[in-house]
Amino acid sequence: MKPREIRLSTTPTPEAIAELRLGDIVYLDGLMYTAREGVYMRALEEQANIPMELPSESAANFHCSPAARINADGSFDMGAVTATASFRFAKWLPEWMEKTGAKLIIGKGGMTSKDYKSYFVPNGAVYLSTVGYGTGALLGRGVENVEAVHWNEELGLAQAMWVIRCRKMGPFIVASDLNGDCLFERENAKIAQNIDRVYEGTKPAVLKRYGESDDRSDEVI
Amino acid sequence: MIPIDLIQKTAETLMDKAAIDIPEDYLSGLQKASETEDGDLSSFVLKAMLENYEAAKQDRRAMCGDTGVPRWFVKLGNEASVEGGMCALETALRRATAHATNGVPLRPNRVHPLWRTDHDNNVGIGAPEIEYGFEPEGDWIDLITVHKGGLFGTDYRMLFPSDGIQGIKRFYLDSLMAFGKRGLACQPAIIGIGLGGSKDICMTLGKRASVLRTVGSRNSDLRIAEMEEEFKELGNSIGMGAMGFVGKNMVVQCNIEVGYCHTGGMPMSVHAFCLSSRRAVARIFPDGRVEHRTDPDWFTPYQRRETVEWDPLREAAE
Repeated sequence: MKPREIRLSTTPTPEAIAELRLGDIVYLDGLMYTAREGVYMRALEEQANIPMELPSESAANFHCSPAARINADGSFDMGAVTATASFRFAKWLPEWMEKTGAKLIIGKGGMTSKDYKSYFVPNGAVYLSTVGYGTGALLGRGVENVEAVHWNEELGLAQAMWVIRCRKMGPFIVASDLNGDCLFERENAKIAQNIDRVYEGTKPAVLKRYGESDDRSDEVI
Repeated sequence: MIPIDLIQKTAETLMDKAAIDIPEDYLSGLQKASETEDGDLSSFVLKAMLENYEAAKQDRRAMCGDTGVPRWFVKLGNEASVEGGMCALETALRRATAHATNGVPLRPNRVHPLWRTDHDNNVGIGAPEIEYGFEPEGDWIDLITVHKGGLFGTDYRMLFPSDGIQGIKRFYLDSLMAFGKRGLACQPAIIGIGLGGSKDICMTLGKRASVLRTVGSRNSDLRIAEMEEEFKELGNSIGMGAMGFVGKNMVVQCNIEVGYCHTGGMPMSVHAFCLSSRRAVARIFPDGRVEHRTDPDWFTPYQRRETVEWDPLREAAE
């Protein structure tokens, strides 16, 4: 079965978000901004003023550092665009969402259903995952213009806040919905049924390690 | 004498090629995987990746926005000499890395681990890594650049002889399970396994097995070659595909490299070279010839030698 394809605004209506189903393929139009640990720490812990009007300009937060440069004349060149793993940002996201009204969190690998249920759903937000990973060149083609870069002096190019105008940027996969269900956990549960068979005959290491989980149906994030 | 300018120029070209052009061996491995994949979502992902390689080539833009941690492997023929010496070579490789980061452009990934200082050029303390190897004959130098992701998909464990092959299998599966979920390892990947050596060299062996051997290559030890095939099948029998979705393609190729270890131990490392398996190679000769290829051809009989003296004639006869 071919997945459903959807065009979505980066300032989506509640109805448009409610329409999304796990596994839908999404292409985005409008302004999006990159923000990851550098931006979160600066905006939330150091209380710096966020240099954009959020969420009216954009409700789409991309966990991304682009392959890009700032030219001598102040213009930008953006080549490939690939996400970074989002689970590491759970510490800051509840406060970030509250502060910025972000409705689309875009990144790599999604969050847990616990994250979705506790602060995505109450904020009317969903998670879109990049594909691959990563389709850096395809996403780069979806960059119509680089509008601005903020905090590059303070944070460096990788952690800076890039403001990107997208036109049919994608593909992304809908990885959470307004029930707080998680696409990756759904897939994990199916795969978990094979674990006993695959591990049959293997044996635990003679030297143990202090660890956090020994249950292969668990995740390590 | 190999001209230093030629080294730097070639190194810049290699950075560009590695970032943009997926190596043919990995591409054909992934095309085969794509043909056999029947999971809806994982099949969609593989098709998107194949389109992505095309887009990168057409646009001459990097295939992946995450440059990983670019590094260099340098191999010298025994008679090779570099204009300005080896320190000049290292400077040329650092310059090429910085120039290409700005030029392609690539993502400047490298920062200080504590102060997070970013020079915006992928150069810093110990970065890029430069590793060396030597071959008994030749006046050439091989430059190999590899852009490999730096966060997930790699693990190390000290195993012991009593763990045996079943212990090796279990740690292999554990690594795939841990980093395959949600596709953190960016699979289907070239999985490299390092067995033996000291702890640090065990990691190095596994890394080299994943990045310096091609899809379709086999270890020259036939019993290890059989293990490689068996482990590939084992990884693909988990039922996990691209992005951790239900599927049958997790491992495009499994490469195992070994080194002699402590008699009481059997250390093991597992590495995953991802959907953007970026590597490019060039051999530079003193007369100015440059031959580009994508197979590093690192693991020669000399690199795998077991004896005190190097005697290729005797090795060949055995």
